[in-house]
Amino acid sequence: MKSMKTIIAMILAVVLLAGLSTAALADENTIKIAVIGPFTGPAANYGLACRYGAQVAADEINAQGGLQIELLFEDDEHDTEKAINAYNAVIEAGAQMIDGNTTTSPCLAVGAVAYEERMFMLTPSASSDLVVADKDNVYQVCFQDPQMGTISANLISENGMGTKIAVIYNNADDYSTGIYKTFIAQAKEIGLEIVSESAFNDDTTDFSVQVADAKDKGADLVFLPIYYTPASMILQTAKNIEYAPVFFGVDGMDGILAMDNFDPALAEDVILLTPFSAFSDDEQVVNFVEKYKVISGGVEPNQFGADSYDAIYALYQASVNAGIDGNTSFEDACELLIAQFSEMEYTGLTGVMKWDETGAVSKLPAAYVIKGGAYVPYGE
Amino acid sequence: MKLKKSTVNAIISYAIVIAAFLICQWMIATKNMPRTLKGQMIPICVYIVMAVSLNLVVGISGELSLGHAGFMSIGAFSGAIASTYFLNALGLESAIVRLVLSILVGGAFAGVFGVLIGIPVLRLRGDYLAIVTLAFGEIIRNVVNCLYFSVDGMRLHVSFNNPNLPGSIIVNGPAGSKGIKAISTLPVGFVLILFTLFVVLNLVNSRSGRAIMASRDNRIAAEAMGINVTKYKMMAFVTSAVLAGMAGALYGLNFSTFTAAKFKFDTSILVLVFVVLGGIGNIWGSIIAAALLTVLPELLRAFADYRMLIYAIVLILVMLATNNPIIRSLFNGLIRRNRADQAKAGKGGDAQ
Amino acid sequence: MVAFLRFLINGISLGSVYAIIALGYTMVYGIAKMLNFAHGDVIMVGAYIAFCAMAYLSLPPILAVLLAMVACTALGIVIEGLAYRPLRQAASLAVLITAIGVSYFLQNAALLIWGANPKSFPSVFSVGAIRLFEGELVISSETILTIISNIVIMIGLTLFTGRTKLGKAMRAVSEDKGAAELMGINVNRTISLTFAIGSALAAVAGVLLCSTYPILMPTTGSMPGIKAFTAAVFGGIGSIPGAMIGGILLGVIEILGKAYISTELGDALVFAVLIIVLLFKPAGLLGRPVREKV
Repeated sequence: MKSMKTIIAMILAVVLLAGLSTAALADENTIKIAVIGPFTGPAANYGLACRYGAQVAADEINAQGGLQIELLFEDDEHDTEKAINAYNAVIEAGAQMIDGNTTTSPCLAVGAVAYEERMFMLTPSASSDLVVADKDNVYQVCFQDPQMGTISANLISENGMGTKIAVIYNNADDYSTGIYKTFIAQAKEIGLEIVSESAFNDDTTDFSVQVADAKDKGADLVFLPIYYTPASMILQTAKNIEYAPVFFGVDGMDGILAMDNFDPALAEDVILLTPFSAFSDDEQVVNFVEKYKVISGGVEPNQFGADSYDAIYALYQASVNAGIDGNTSFEDACELLIAQFSEMEYTGLTGVMKWDETGAVSKLPAAYVIKGGAYVPYGE
Repeated sequence: MKLKKSTVNAIISYAIVIAAFLICQWMIATKNMPRTLKGQMIPICVYIVMAVSLNLVVGISGELSLGHAGFMSIGAFSGAIASTYFLNALGLESAIVRLVLSILVGGAFAGVFGVLIGIPVLRLRGDYLAIVTLAFGEIIRNVVNCLYFSVDGMRLHVSFNNPNLPGSIIVNGPAGSKGIKAISTLPVGFVLILFTLFVVLNLVNSRSGRAIMASRDNRIAAEAMGINVTKYKMMAFVTSAVLAGMAGALYGLNFSTFTAAKFKFDTSILVLVFVVLGGIGNIWGSIIAAALLTVLPELLRAFADYRMLIYAIVLILVMLATNNPIIRSLFNGLIRRNRADQAKAGKGGDAQ
Repeated sequence: MVAFLRFLINGISLGSVYAIIALGYTMVYGIAKMLNFAHGDVIMVGAYIAFCAMAYLSLPPILAVLLAMVACTALGIVIEGLAYRPLRQAASLAVLITAIGVSYFLQNAALLIWGANPKSFPSVFSVGAIRLFEGELVISSETILTIISNIVIMIGLTLFTGRTKLGKAMRAVSEDKGAAELMGINVNRTISLTFAIGSALAAVAGVLLCSTYPILMPTTGSMPGIKAFTAAVFGGIGSIPGAMIGGILLGVIEILGKAYISTELGDALVFAVLIIVLLFKPAGLLGRPVREKV
């Protein structure tokens, strides 16, 4: 038992230290928006991107004057249990609405509780259709996985990008599996020939089997409904065995060029679907990229950051229109925001957005090709 | 009538748990409990049961298990499936009845796997045993990632790697369980703790418990005394698996969704940390360590980005401090009783 | 047949990385009787240091590797001195938990220092690939480098533990600490030396791992670490040739299992084979069965 005493003493010390941070007082002119996502652990790069994007938006809004924003960042470690803890923590800190969660399963877990308690959520990047299903308080900035699979299959077929198709997906990831399943279904529907299907999971380091299978079956297009980190390994593996099909990625591929020290030649001619291109010369995008890089320590933004930036602006626009201020309770804010989101239109970095009654967004991804280390719209 | 010392101790233990429960309920009723803590109460109950049950294997039976989260996973998924099945197919409306039945189902399935895994595992010793439990934990996680369950009328469908099942999906491969109702309640959590304590204390203080500890302390001597070592180790292992399965069901039904990825190696290790930090073989140590270490990362939220770094440092410092001879002797001087505890802990320490 | 050969070579290449990591595990285990779960994270740190040296300081790869080895050696000694040495008398499970604490610490420190954005690891060795069977079988330079390094390290370590005074001291300490001390061997220094060698190997493993599989993140070391631990036990923990054989077999089984059985099951197949092997060889492939005495 003596060991317990030491532990108790240490934990008390930590509690005291933690207590030193002062709780902010409610200010009528400041609304509190929580940003919840994985800031540590294996999915940290996605959560942090959302956090930086939100910070850029909040800084811009606060610089304009008028209604101010205070962001409350909480880490969910890409874990449902921690996500609920983070949710409870932001409510205690007085959050009125949530930009989150970044990833799907935490978003589902928090969404169920938030639905009961009437807290409004706008997720930048949790893309499963289940995230918004049966919940009137949850909206998405990103488009949904099933849409991605269908659009990809149609695009490949319409443009004759490939005739024999291989798919490599992450079967431990619901995002990847979700796109994969609908892609296969749509491919069958429209008569695309799938010659190879292989899976990997989050622990996989070696992709030689999956790539070799695609090569041996003579695939001329490899569909990669996965994130850019494993995708870059697949590109490297293909290069090592001198296999050069067309690689077709989805929005998860966005970010591959921003990896530190990545050789863009490896991703030359890769096609991807994304709502956001950091290479656009659009003034708003250039401005965002510049500010984002200051906050992120030089890392280029990807769609996670852009979606989260849009989420903050959309929440802000809706709050202003609905007359939400620092004194509005989150329950009241929820009903007001639902009313706003069901009819408002918002134009952001990732396109023009309207929301249907389920909470799904109307915008569509655009196809890009990577040329010389930059995105070029497909077909130009 | 004079009660045995172990019985008195057990009664005191139950009394403390019940008192803790009443305090928690009072704090919740009077709105004195912070929201963040309230939200963690059921996970705390779950981790306490996990830690006490793992202590049965690591401390009492003396075998290092690195795959305890695997049993939790089986319990969580079978519990979630059972709960949805009872509701959708059998029309069982009462949440509390469903919860209790689901916990029993979770425990039963974990127990079956405990037997299946225990047979090969317990042939091995030491680190070889540890690595095989780790391997089973990983196999369970990888296989669950490929499983799909759905309920269609009275029928339960299962498939491997094929989500196109009739009816409504309950377990959706890597997306985990979905559409389950979060029905876990704090009273049931505390009852589960009491049940766990009841089972473990009774086992430890029984003839079988003495046989288990004798096998731990000296296998050859125990065998020479006619103790069937494998049988008793199996008893501890399966009991522990059942309890972990029950905890898993309680955990799963506390959330509207959870994934197989939750029950990976890290979670097994986390529970092991509770056991070792609380003192190997020390049941109350496991309970307190599980509760405190579950709350700790949440208390550290004020440190923002440095949170997990500080958590790691606290963990290392606590291990160093609790094993520091100077600090130990200091406490020993203050409280004489502890001497006996330390001797006990020292023995349990030979678990490897 | 060519396909099989290709998978075999890939397996040996992956297995060689596991083997080098497993050597670190097994040496530390042999001498300190502890499972150093932070070993996988030392690999990650080594890879980050080599990365920084190459990408930011533009050092040639060989210097970058040496720098990483030096840094990891220092890190290994510091970890051992601060976190493990005070627990020399404590239960081995207590040290295991401290090692886990160190592992969390390294991962989170790396996240704070190097950020969450994955780093694309540059190729350390750019000689053209070998092509056989009219381009059907391409063996990359990284694969060759990994396999050669593995052989060199294996021979080096065997000579070191077999022929040198320090190596003999290490064996003596792993055999019997008390007796070794009585023979005038400085046990603490020998254990530190083991950690130093293990950590230097971890740096090499980190560079090889990341040049074959060029993604570097704070969590890069954890899964290879667990696999290598498995490999060390597979081969018989504490045995140097055992770690080597265990590592290579694990890699080969992983690749062949995925190629011929299923990619969906991931590592479940590897672990299933491990369980079956341990049932027939309960002390690993090359482990010595311990005779229990009354």
